[in-house]
Amino acid sequence: MAEPTATEAAIEAVMDKQVRRGEPILSVRNLEKYFPLTQGILIKKQIGAVKAVDGVSFDLHQGETLGIVGESGCGKSTLAKVLMNLETATSGEVLYKGEDISKVSGRALKAIRRNIQMVFQDPYTSLNPRMTVGDIIGEPFEIHPEVAPKSDRRKAVQDLLDVVGLNPEYINRYPHQFSGGQRQRIGIARGLALKPEIIICDEPVSALDVSVQAQVINLLEKLQDEFNLSYMFIAHDLSIVRHISDRVGVMYLGKMVEIGSDEEIYEHPTHPYTQALLSAVPVPDPEGREGRERILLSGDIPSPANPPSGCRFRTRCFKAQEKCAIEEPLLAIPQVFRGQDTPAAHESACHFAEDVDIVGATANGDDSVNGDGVSGGGVSGDNGGAEI
Amino acid sequence: MGIHATEVTATTGRGRTADSEDAPLLQVKNLQVEFRTRDGVAKAVNGVNYSVRAGETLAILGESGSGKSVSSQAVMGILDSPPGFVTGGEIVFKGQDLLKLSKEQRRKIRGTQMAMIFQDALSSLNPVHTVGTQLGEMFRVHRGTSKSEAKKKAVELMERVGIPAAKERVNQYPHQFSGGMRQRIMIAMALALEPDLIIADEPTTALDVTVQAQVMELLADLQAEYNMGLILITHDLGVVADVADKIAVMYAGRIVETAPVHELYKRPAHPYTRGLLDSIPRLDQKGQELYAIKGLPPNLLRIPSGCAFNPRCPMAQEVCRSEVPPLHAVTEADGTPIEGRGSACHFWKETIHG
Repeated sequence: MAEPTATEAAIEAVMDKQVRRGEPILSVRNLEKYFPLTQGILIKKQIGAVKAVDGVSFDLHQGETLGIVGESGCGKSTLAKVLMNLETATSGEVLYKGEDISKVSGRALKAIRRNIQMVFQDPYTSLNPRMTVGDIIGEPFEIHPEVAPKSDRRKAVQDLLDVVGLNPEYINRYPHQFSGGQRQRIGIARGLALKPEIIICDEPVSALDVSVQAQVINLLEKLQDEFNLSYMFIAHDLSIVRHISDRVGVMYLGKMVEIGSDEEIYEHPTHPYTQALLSAVPVPDPEGREGRERILLSGDIPSPANPPSGCRFRTRCFKAQEKCAIEEPLLAIPQVFRGQDTPAAHESACHFAEDVDIVGATANGDDSVNGDGVSGGGVSGDNGGAEI
Repeated sequence: MGIHATEVTATTGRGRTADSEDAPLLQVKNLQVEFRTRDGVAKAVNGVNYSVRAGETLAILGESGSGKSVSSQAVMGILDSPPGFVTGGEIVFKGQDLLKLSKEQRRKIRGTQMAMIFQDALSSLNPVHTVGTQLGEMFRVHRGTSKSEAKKKAVELMERVGIPAAKERVNQYPHQFSGGMRQRIMIAMALALEPDLIIADEPTTALDVTVQAQVMELLADLQAEYNMGLILITHDLGVVADVADKIAVMYAGRIVETAPVHELYKRPAHPYTRGLLDSIPRLDQKGQELYAIKGLPPNLLRIPSGCAFNPRCPMAQEVCRSEVPPLHAVTEADGTPIEGRGSACHFWKETIHG
């Protein structure tokens, strides 16, 4: 019993300490999550592993929003689950204010969990249809009674409903009586109930109608200002991620391939995958669409059970060369930009990183997008070169 | 295209004389569809008009429940009935009103002259048949081709839509394909008999952005090659801006605005369209509150009186609550008409000209 109490005391100490801005509230170091693939019924033999998250590192600061973008299967939702400690990491560390959440248990874990909450993608399946809204939002208080004593609970729930812009009188209604946007507000109220410091939003608006998405985004931003929340915002809609995020990380097949401030990623992407992703996003403006250059990637995302050697993106990359198959590029500021004071000098995992302005490529993108600039390697391999 | 020659002449007797050479391929006039449910009658489509010419792309833009999919299902003749009923209007395709045809006649048109691409390729393909069988079925049923010949055609089609190693993959089942490849098979199936009109209902919504770009590209190429009319149903303002020639915006079962693509994005003439465009996050708005249309889309069982958008509209006046606005022809400030533009708003002048 001696050890848990010691960790507990340590956590109390850390939590009581005033967190200075600039010091990360959550640090992820070399996080890996493998799901084993087994064969056989009686004698299970492991024949491989799906490397859903494979060596991801980043920091999240207080009051900051970190956007995570990537295609389906890149591991962004698994990452969220590991951060919530819903899945145990295969290796690596998740440090909440310096404490590794995978190492703590019992009371200490409960205290940490209170501070990291989640808002789910689908407001239709993430709310129990047999519970009233009051029960759903009040349920966290059952587990953490210290936040709101039983007598105050109804009041606390009504306050939360008010905060997320719902009528407090709706407390006795059931989820089916609400629309998608309203349900997502209920999900957000539940996430807020325990006054957490970090909220992980896994695709919080993608199931909503276009005209309702903006309402929910505005609510999330308002709550962030009000409660000084840190968000990890997972989404595939790049324009919404840019709007809400301070920093953005791009994931591909379990790895973080590029990370930087929103301006660095959107205006000066240096990783070919980020460039392709940005150029593939349809721009809601028909002006100049005929002249718009688009990097079309060939093929689909490879299986995470058997990722390509070297750089994982090389099978679809328009810049891939022999080196990419042999040597895995590390997530670091690329050699060419090191020591320079340009927005392109941010972490990017590519051997042939170069600064390409994709968003501004609509006007005169002809010379910049073809990908045979700095690297001198030209387009090789796949037929995935730039086309209109 | 030679295949169609005989069929076209069979129907053009009326079509050619009534309209000139450039008559639209498809013309939907005052279409009305309702769903009779236990809770009452939901008016899903209330008087929709649009037309598509050969080689043209019409985008129908709307949120869920706006009637965009239902109206196209009525055009294809695949509406679930009951509870769905077409209660009025005309669907004129190549000069003949489809609603007056028998079931058998409509079945002959489906697939050969008009075809549909669905959103969810996995649930639209039959999991227990190989893709080759399903592609070949088009030829066997509509053309009476032999099995081996149909398979050969299936391989050709798969190559045409860019599926690698088509010869081997023709014997595989839908689950063995990735989402993007499955959607290509759906496109191949729709194209099989070289129809004149393709209706694509959210063809890329289930796909990742990089794959979405590939699929939209393919669709545009094939459309240009075969000079097909394309109706693209979507809620994505980005996809519309990329491919559409003209746009019809739907809200609560009505078309609230029609416009050529450049016009619509430059100066919308309906407050709903303007609200949608304003709620797209833009660069200069970083850190500010996004514009949001207040409220929720209406329940189709209880559509608000007057203009259906009035409870959410920032410009709503008394007249909007009492009178349903017709689709006004939109003109320049000096009264010059703008081709193809219409707005179902009492205050379209104020909306477009400030």
